[in-house]
Amino acid sequence: MIEELSHEQILRYSRHLLMPEVGLHGQIKLKNSSALVIGTGGLGSPVALYLAAAGIGRIGLVDYDIVDSSNLQRQVIHGTSTVGKLKVESARDRLTDLNPDIQVDVYNEPYTSENALRIAKDYDIIIDGTDNFPTRYLTNDVSVFLGKPNIYGSIFRFDGQVSVFYAKEGPCYRCLFPEPPPPGLVPSCAEGGVLGVLPGTVGTLQATEAIKVLLGIGTPLIGKLLLYNALDMSFDFVQLKKNPNCRVCGPNADIKELIDYEEFCGVPGHHADDTSAGANWDITPQEMKDRITRDPGLLLLDVREPHELEISAIKGAKNIPLGEVAQRMSELDSAEEMIVFCKRGSRSARAIEILSSAGFKKMKNLKGGINAWAEQVDPSLPLY
Amino acid sequence: MTILRIPTPLRAYTGGKSEVTVGGATISDALADLTNQYPTIKPHLFNDGGELRPFVNLFVGEHNIKDLQGVNTPIKDGDRVMLIPSIAGGRIS
Repeated sequence: MIEELSHEQILRYSRHLLMPEVGLHGQIKLKNSSALVIGTGGLGSPVALYLAAAGIGRIGLVDYDIVDSSNLQRQVIHGTSTVGKLKVESARDRLTDLNPDIQVDVYNEPYTSENALRIAKDYDIIIDGTDNFPTRYLTNDVSVFLGKPNIYGSIFRFDGQVSVFYAKEGPCYRCLFPEPPPPGLVPSCAEGGVLGVLPGTVGTLQATEAIKVLLGIGTPLIGKLLLYNALDMSFDFVQLKKNPNCRVCGPNADIKELIDYEEFCGVPGHHADDTSAGANWDITPQEMKDRITRDPGLLLLDVREPHELEISAIKGAKNIPLGEVAQRMSELDSAEEMIVFCKRGSRSARAIEILSSAGFKKMKNLKGGINAWAEQVDPSLPLY
Repeated sequence: MTILRIPTPLRAYTGGKSEVTVGGATISDALADLTNQYPTIKPHLFNDGGELRPFVNLFVGEHNIKDLQGVNTPIKDGDRVMLIPSIAGGRIS
């Protein structure tokens, strides 16, 4: 399909047209190309913005979330005026304002084994801007099965990773990471958080790779992994090879169709309630307040990190960070009743699992964590 | 001695250190020295049977030990060994 550019478009893209590596021919190529961006969060924001600005003709956005003010520290495609709106709609409005020439297709749904192939099949490239293991493995497998490049980016606190996984020409994500870490060994819960600009850096690198791949210029990160650390300002590269035992792209691959990725990873990918230790353990903020009124000496165990106590705290609670619960349980008396809490209820649910397997029985998990406590009982505490 | 680079998710088990100096002639020796210095990191690298977990990737320079001789890959003074973590993103609890 050869289309010409209008005078307005020639002016808009003139900084591209001036470079022989892009030129008029390349710009038309971009106009005729398409990219699917999985996630419109920290990574998806800069990716989608730069792809739109570059004039990628059709951009697909997949997300099922709504914009929250706590997103704005890093998800720069959204704004204060779109808090409470669907992320895909907030993002589409921003993209079409940035570049009305392009078509933005939105998928306000979780990306799952049921819909992923249907959504992805008509795009040239797939961009992994997800925030969880199940969707990352899904994104990889879809890319392998459809024979499309997967522009990969991932972040954690100050660390970033970028690569182009393209099974036709090099390794896939599973070649490097055949399986995810078991949930108990993922420290991201206890040590979550991310430097806001980090996904900006990583997402911008993904956008760079996406544009290179679409144009067919330069040397994309196929068979290479970029490791970025913002604190050290270090960029390291390592070589990745195709894994002959890879279960999706190897010669003896045994995974031929999409699987249940949440089961594979042992963690929920979408909207599942991981903040409950089970109904028997849960206690609501109001119930906890009543219990404390009856028994002011009741042990409250706060399993958050020490620096989180500076943000909000419940007076008199004992702090043992989740990562230290196993080593320090001798400080606790299994005969004594206690209520365990964290920010949202997920880490405390894990703490209860650990303590329960060590014989503790008289425990309750504060459902919704200290944030729910702040909302329902003590509005003097901030939400974070 | 070899410099072993520790990724952010595992620094909680190395007292916050981003690099640990380890001794040994092979990756196996180096990891034994690491887990000796920092015992709480061990379950994050090895399964109960003492095997390196499949999602743990170690690179000597630019090369994955899986493409070399696995944990028997020799290392020499001044080599830079990187532990590369599996990271998923920003979801927090």
